[in-house]
Amino acid sequence: MTTPDAGTVSVDGQRYSGLANPMREVGALLDAKAVHGGRSAYNHLLCLAQTNNLPRKRVDEVLELVGLSEVARKRSKGFSLGMSQRLGIAATMLGDPKVLMFDEPVNGLDPEGILWIRNLMKTLAAEGRTVFVSSHLMSEMENTADHLIVIGKGKLIADCTMNEFIAQSSGAAARVRTPSPDQLALALAAKGGEAAADGDGTLLVRGLSTEAIGDIAFEQGIRVHELSMLRASLEEAFMELTADSVEYHAGVPDATASIESGV
Amino acid sequence: MANATTASPRLTALPPATGRAGLAGTLRSEFTKLRSVRSTYWTIAAVVIVSVGFAAIAGLAIANNIHNNPVNKAGMDTTQASLGAFFELGQLIIAVLGVLVITSEYSTGMIRTSLTAMPRRGTVYAAKLIVFTTVTLVVSLITSFVSFFVGQAAMSGSGVTASLFHSVTIPANGVQNGPPNNVTFNGTIVISPGTVLTAILGTALFVTVVGLIAFGLGSIIRHTAGAITSAIGLMFVIPIILQLLPDTWRWDIVRFFPDAAGRVLSVTVGQHNPHLWSAWPQFGVTLVYAAVLVGVGAYLFRTRDA
Repeated sequence: MTTPDAGTVSVDGQRYSGLANPMREVGALLDAKAVHGGRSAYNHLLCLAQTNNLPRKRVDEVLELVGLSEVARKRSKGFSLGMSQRLGIAATMLGDPKVLMFDEPVNGLDPEGILWIRNLMKTLAAEGRTVFVSSHLMSEMENTADHLIVIGKGKLIADCTMNEFIAQSSGAAARVRTPSPDQLALALAAKGGEAAADGDGTLLVRGLSTEAIGDIAFEQGIRVHELSMLRASLEEAFMELTADSVEYHAGVPDATASIESGV
Repeated sequence: MANATTASPRLTALPPATGRAGLAGTLRSEFTKLRSVRSTYWTIAAVVIVSVGFAAIAGLAIANNIHNNPVNKAGMDTTQASLGAFFELGQLIIAVLGVLVITSEYSTGMIRTSLTAMPRRGTVYAAKLIVFTTVTLVVSLITSFVSFFVGQAAMSGSGVTASLFHSVTIPANGVQNGPPNNVTFNGTIVISPGTVLTAILGTALFVTVVGLIAFGLGSIIRHTAGAITSAIGLMFVIPIILQLLPDTWRWDIVRFFPDAAGRVLSVTVGQHNPHLWSAWPQFGVTLVYAAVLVGVGAYLFRTRDA
């Protein structure tokens, strides 16, 4: 759509416009409302399928897949946002691509629609496809994504698994409850841990894994009643990591978390 | 929609790709696009109804005039009368279609989806151009012939009807001496079938090329209202402005404007206007405008961000 100011984009080592049959390689939903509202859902998908010489019956199949068969002959002007998203997803599936890209797929959807898209993305990933999802909705991504790519101010900030990303955050801490917190805190400090009292004989420990804490307690003969990892939320981890790279501090962070789920 | 959250039905495997996505598929796609929106049918119906309807009305009016006063037979260009509405109003409506074919992609955002499915922009533009030109040419030829036949049928029996199958002789000059039916004619004009065919085909081609001018303007301007206004400006407003210029030199520039072909292509009777080229060279001027605008449009379509 847009010529890059610098750099190149390639899919499987080829420019997108050079792919023999682009729809068989990548299915991208960039804007669900980027359709001619006067055209029926069926004809919209048909005109897209024809460009890549995809069979006509494929259109019926993808309409069935997204549950729009009953309104296939209706003009898409009257579609709700959720139906438009389904139509857009149907279009991405026309070419049975190995790679799917969804831009903000759950924006403006009702809970049922969100659940449907979440399940669909997981199903697609389980089929061995790569599903790229870009979203600002952290809690939604935490629910769906396996792998995380964070981009802020046009720079790559993180490219790792969801668990690694959250673990890097200082919000991640181990919670230890023990009858002798002071003694344990000293022992942990000696091994590089950072323990803070949290009342009721509980310590919040940063910088050490739960395994290490357990081993240290065992070596020191300190009884431990509870030892668990407190996961930071993706949102906390994200805000912390991108604090320096958001473009507009006063507003909503403009950094985009692109999340790749699946393979 | 009822069982939307249940597991999705499985898709059957796609047959393997048979070569590279290219012009053939994109042509089918563009034809699907054109035939699947109502505006196409509205504009085509409008062209046919307006052109044929006014041809019939003009035919009846001529028959009536000649019945009331036979001196009107002299020098009557019935072919031009039948094609007039198609010429003047048909080109305007076809211009709207030519603009919409391309600007509707931008106004709806469809262009982003289209170029995602088919990122080779030159192919998309060529397919749009070929489909629009073909459809417009077919519609124009049908409209032009039907307008001619309906128009001539409406004035049958008046003694001046033109024909595609045999030469027609009409009086060149008439003098009315006394009551309307007391007329003396002198001289004749022979209208050959070839002249009539040239007018019918020329008009259809002219209207098609005006559609291409609109298509080019649409791809350059990308906004429906702006492009339609520009097309009307070029084909209708500039000619009016030219009319207001001094007679001493306005005729020297009129021939360089795309509408000038309209003044010669449909004419089958009368002196040739010495300030214009003959039919086909004058049509060539219109064609040059179309080629330049479509060419600039193609360049911008390929290079500008969508």
